Amino acid sequence: MVHLKVNGQAQSFDGDPEMPLLWYLRDILGLTGTKFGCGMALCGACTVLENGKAVRSCSTPMGKIEGADITTIEGISAHGSHPVQKAWESVNVPQCGYCQPGQIMQAISLLSSKPQPTDTDIDEQMSGNICRCGTYQRIRAAIHQAAKETA
Amino acid sequence: MTTEHKTLTIDNVSRRGFLQGMLSASAFVICVRKFPLLASAAKSGAPLSPTVDTTAFHPGVYVGINPDGTVVIVAHRTEMGNGVRTSLPRIVADELDADWSRVTVIQGDGDDKYGSQDTDGSHSVREFFEPLREAGATARLMLVRAAAEKWGVPAEQCLADPPHFVSHKTSNRQLGYGELAELAAKQPVPKKDELKLKSRSEWRYIGKPAPGYDVDGICSGKPVFGMDVRVDGMLYAAIAHPPVLGGKVKSIDDAATLKTVGVKQTIPIDPFKPPHAFQPLGGVAVIADNTWSAFKGRKQLKIDWDNGPNAAYTSADYKKQLQETARQPGKPVHSWGDADAGFSKGGKVIEAEYFAPHLAHASMEPPAAVADVHGDKVTVWAPTQNPVGVREEVAKALGLKKEDVVCHVTFLGGGFGRKSKPDFAVEAAVLSKKTGKPVKVVWSREDDIKFDYYHSVAAMYLKAAVDQSGKPTAWLQRSVFPPISSTFDKDATYGSAGEMSLGWDVIPFEVANFRAENGPAAAHVRIGWLRSVANIYHAFAVQSFANELAVAANRDAYDYLMELIGSGRVVEGPKGGNQELANKYPYDIARLRHVAELAASKANWGKKKSGNGWAMGIAVHRSFLTYVATVVEIEVDAQGAVRIPNVYTALDAGIVANPDMVQSQFQGAAVFGTSLARTGQITATNGAVDQSNFFDYPVARMNDAPAHVDVQIVESDAPPAGVGEPGVPPFAPALCNAIYAATGKRVRELPLSRNGFA
Repeated sequence: MVHLKVNGQAQSFDGDPEMPLLWYLRDILGLTGTKFGCGMALCGACTVLENGKAVRSCSTPMGKIEGADITTIEGISAHGSHPVQKAWESVNVPQCGYCQPGQIMQAISLLSSKPQPTDTDIDEQMSGNICRCGTYQRIRAAIHQAAKETA
Repeated sequence: MTTEHKTLTIDNVSRRGFLQGMLSASAFVICVRKFPLLASAAKSGAPLSPTVDTTAFHPGVYVGINPDGTVVIVAHRTEMGNGVRTSLPRIVADELDADWSRVTVIQGDGDDKYGSQDTDGSHSVREFFEPLREAGATARLMLVRAAAEKWGVPAEQCLADPPHFVSHKTSNRQLGYGELAELAAKQPVPKKDELKLKSRSEWRYIGKPAPGYDVDGICSGKPVFGMDVRVDGMLYAAIAHPPVLGGKVKSIDDAATLKTVGVKQTIPIDPFKPPHAFQPLGGVAVIADNTWSAFKGRKQLKIDWDNGPNAAYTSADYKKQLQETARQPGKPVHSWGDADAGFSKGGKVIEAEYFAPHLAHASMEPPAAVADVHGDKVTVWAPTQNPVGVREEVAKALGLKKEDVVCHVTFLGGGFGRKSKPDFAVEAAVLSKKTGKPVKVVWSREDDIKFDYYHSVAAMYLKAAVDQSGKPTAWLQRSVFPPISSTFDKDATYGSAGEMSLGWDVIPFEVANFRAENGPAAAHVRIGWLRSVANIYHAFAVQSFANELAVAANRDAYDYLMELIGSGRVVEGPKGGNQELANKYPYDIARLRHVAELAASKANWGKKKSGNGWAMGIAVHRSFLTYVATVVEIEVDAQGAVRIPNVYTALDAGIVANPDMVQSQFQGAAVFGTSLARTGQITATNGAVDQSNFFDYPVARMNDAPAHVDVQIVESDAPPAGVGEPGVPPFAPALCNAIYAATGKRVRELPLSRNGFA
């Protein structure tokens, strides 16, 4: 039995310990804001926070996260009021939107370790998250804006 | 009550329950039906997207006003990042003088009442601009007349102002749209000549930047994509597809699969009957109670395949065949002057061959769909660009009527043409029927890359005779690629007129003698359309070759290109094409010149000398009726690592509905172009595709995408043209022209990764 917290709520899981956190979130808990993109930690669509730090949930087996505190896109704010969400909206970042929950979670993780990131910092930390629509320029602008607003 | 306009009919459908469940029973509802601009084009009926108008037939646009004042607009096109759920409703809202904050957008199901909903070919705004405006203007006039009747004053004294209200200024009275809805529903539908469309200066929303309608929800993870659909009692399926197109299962050992936790059963899926079209590929489905178990169980399957007729297909050999064919005379596509006579006059002849590989769509959301079959009724939830196609194909596969199949259109995590093909939705329906339960089919990334409808591989041969000044006097171009029509006709080998119109049947250059040809190629994988389609390889060849001529003439690339484009004129395409379309959207060289000037000027072209690992390259291309020029600035280090600090794109798409979204589309197109130019290639060995995921089919990431894309939108009164795709084609040749200028190395074969660049 694995015990964990998801968006502040205590949960337990006694299924296949190899099941990645992604599918537990999506198929068992019904938290579908976290997306499936590659299954190999190559695209970042499945990014969630584990104890405040970005991880790829598609490659994080349930058996290895006993006691973890997981935050998904559904858990970062009650009404989309997180500064990163606000910045994303004001820059009008999304096109199709599928990768954006993962991008936002990665950006939150980045800003928590580097509150005022440079372009190089952003490149380094965000290049694991693919956006096939190509919203990178706006993602960068939104991260700078969020950084400014939380400074 | 119906009013017939020249190409539209407008109906008051308030009491007909057309939008049951979406609107209050006493709502005021208008439906505008469009007869296609190009009725003649509908004759072929082939589902070949590049000839965008072929399937358009009487699409209906619905606008409703509830008694509470909510304006409901049905988005009958698919949202996949193209912004249609914002741009189309805002066009209606503008003419309606609605308050945008009180507009609700509802996604239309797949339904004949909306006409063709196939969202590709960059034509949603182009095709619906006028109907949407007339719908809004009609509803507005009926609201105004309703108020006038209520107040007993002439309608001419009433105004839709402020937004969402009708006012009678002289008596200082005002009524909200909601209060007027019931009375408006009883008004006769005005005739076309009674409608007063706004002038450009009166536009409230059209041409003004606006954020996406769904942006808030997206940033909270709320929209339901196809992958996110959950239905009570739903099972999950992963399918082992035949590795080679046309392959079949010889034998299955599923013992280990059935022991996998969560796996319920395995189900064989019949192979398709040629042509494959939109049918499932066949294979073996693993049914489980969650996605992970289905994936895990599938890994345990032991299947012996009969690889069928394409088992000998290997990309390296196939490439040689295409190149060989391109060296032989082909089928003439279009010409002017006399190319043979031009060449026979002698002079310097320049030849070049270009090659561009297959590409996969790799939308971020791999294909996924849910189907629930109950007896002879089917409900499908799918991220589809083509909901009517889903209904038709599901009906065909299950032996039902289209009317028995409901298709709910979810959000799409990217589409790029892949999700026009309903094969994966058919799989879900077949499996739901066999299990008696709702089934979600989930494709992994590996499925997506290995079993795509691939953008075609192409070989091009170009030849020009040039005069003393280096200007071409004769030009021959020949392209060879397995055509999209091979998906619907297994014997098809020549490009269709549609594919030829995508950057091949004409060139925008002042050359006295020109001939375009096309040669045959048989397909061995499923071929489909991908964002901007044949324009990708055609523009790569033509715009690279133009640059090679500039180099041969020892001229500045931009100056030479502008001379080649020449003076303002209209370029005529082949006869027998769509004349109505050509009349409305002539190929106007002056507009192409203008975007080239704009892009070069924004880029400060020529201010810094190329070489030493730095350069700019330029390319121009018109596609989907939009004129685009792109300048790419690059830095290349000694190891061949390419950085793209800046891209300058200028476009003339006529009237644009939402400039901010047009900016997004062209910023995104530069990234899409980067992906295909740097690393995009799909190859096959013994019939099976070699690539599988983002490690061997890389797409551009933030650190290899252009750092900054500057987008200039020409302000124009011309009718709206496409914006989703036209940014893609000029990117790769502009990049490769820059690489030549920086390094002296000519890239004639995409992607860059095959040429020692990273």
